[in-house]
Amino acid sequence: MAMEDPDRKTEVVLLACGSFNPITNMHLRLFELAKDYFHETGKYKVIKGIISPVGDAYQKKGLISANHRVTMAKLATKNSDWVEVDDWESCQSEWLETLKVLRYHHQKLLSADVTNSLQHTVPITKLGRKRKQEPNRHEPVKKKNQSPVVKSVPQVKLLCGSDMLESFGVPNLWKLEDITEIVEKHGLVCISRAGNNVQKFIYESDILWRHKNNIHLVEEWITNDISSTKIRRALRRGQSIRYLVPDVVRAYIEKNRLYSPESEDRNAGVVLAPFQKHASDPKSSQALSN
Amino acid sequence: MRSRIPVILLACGSFNPTTNMHMRLFELARDHLHQTVEDTYIPKFPGSYQVIEGIMSPVSDSYGKKGLVSARHRVAMAKLALETSDWIRVDPWESKQDTWTETVKVLRHHYNEALRAFESKKEFTRNKHPTKSSTGDSLSCQQPVLPELKLLCGADFLQSFKTPSLWKEEDIKEIVGNFGLVCISRVGSDPSQFIQESDLLSKFQHNIFLVREWIQNEVSATQIRSAVCRGLSVKYLIPDSVIAYIAQHNIYTAESERRSEGHLLQPLRLQNTTINRLRD
Repeated sequence: MAMEDPDRKTEVVLLACGSFNPITNMHLRLFELAKDYFHETGKYKVIKGIISPVGDAYQKKGLISANHRVTMAKLATKNSDWVEVDDWESCQSEWLETLKVLRYHHQKLLSADVTNSLQHTVPITKLGRKRKQEPNRHEPVKKKNQSPVVKSVPQVKLLCGSDMLESFGVPNLWKLEDITEIVEKHGLVCISRAGNNVQKFIYESDILWRHKNNIHLVEEWITNDISSTKIRRALRRGQSIRYLVPDVVRAYIEKNRLYSPESEDRNAGVVLAPFQKHASDPKSSQALSN
Repeated sequence: MRSRIPVILLACGSFNPTTNMHMRLFELARDHLHQTVEDTYIPKFPGSYQVIEGIMSPVSDSYGKKGLVSARHRVAMAKLALETSDWIRVDPWESKQDTWTETVKVLRHHYNEALRAFESKKEFTRNKHPTKSSTGDSLSCQQPVLPELKLLCGADFLQSFKTPSLWKEEDIKEIVGNFGLVCISRVGSDPSQFIQESDLLSKFQHNIFLVREWIQNEVSATQIRSAVCRGLSVKYLIPDSVIAYIAQHNIYTAESERRSEGHLLQPLRLQNTTINRLRD
């Protein structure tokens, strides 16, 4: 067994789940902030960002077709060299718990990693030899010419804003066991505004507190409140959304006339999928804080 | 049929660099003016506007603000930022002046330019249709309406009117009286009270348009520069083309941030000189 390189950084993949209805500059900023944060720690290296728009079966009010939401996200990330869109979740006919999406991407990385290791195996070199320092920290890790190691798989971490973290407390929205596995086995990266309540929220939950080392809190100093809800509202009122979303997204919305009072009424009165699913599940009624 | 009043929006500032927020101010102002309704209290203002142009006017290097990089770069970055806009442009006139120019003078300059363009357009129209009079029956030959030039600013600019010796009262009167302000304020701040408390400003309140920015996007240029210096990402806060330009020319560094450190801003320096002269 080869020795572990003490200088090796843990590879991280950031996964953002959400409606992206539509995607905004704020969503894209989350990735940039998280990446900078991890690099500043000196212990992690972010190798990929994944945007996973939720499926239509989520049945959120105002949610337009996944096709459009995926397309807009793809347009928005066209000129990013590390953030991409994955439509697996959006293609599922039923709504999927976030944990399942995390597991899927983790599994995907595992299989990809095995394939890579097999492709790049080289004769054994001196043990304990240091890996060459990469001058540009933004470059992906080069796998060739390294001593063959049972390399640790990149960690998939859930990237979110404080609203998602705090939604853990909404009854019947999340399963307690899911939250536990998310923070225990994967990890959370939560971007929030200065002066937020996130730390208090974590403090008040035994489960979150126990795994607080795996909950990375990143402060966003540049106030950026570009929510999709506000974008849709502006569009209904004929107001400009320029410079709040990527211009290609704005053009796409305009061309396809995506958001209107009618589209906003979609799923009105319909119960959100997670509530429907968990209503019959006794486990869900467990409180997050003890 | 009543014509809408054409409006040109002028924003003065450092634009060091131009950010998404700067450009948002123009969009917000335009939306607001297009949605104004007739003001029944002041019948002489129909209240219906058509924003025809936006002008970004970067301040000259002699402003003396800490961290201000060369106007050449700031104008170039503004141009890149505005590439995708079909109505906002950058005008380098102010940045090319040898000395710092008072805001009211910049307004006067751009108004004169607009007037000149207006006059030549009127002349052109008249030459094209020499037989039709201004009270003619053809809709295609409506007498063009004189454009108005308004200063686009944030609430802090409005509040700066009360800083002692920063402004001359006659200049404030000219800015709000002859031209007008479109003032964008963020959630939580309400400049209308400030206006009420000033006799001068309340006299011209019909010419001060207050626009509330509900979608907070406070991308300060200072924070951008600081992030760039630290090697942090500013993607999605300023246009990609501006990011590339900054990287290519290595504009913002610890050294550039120290420029003019400890110096007094030019307008304050001028005021101090005046005060000293009065004391003699």
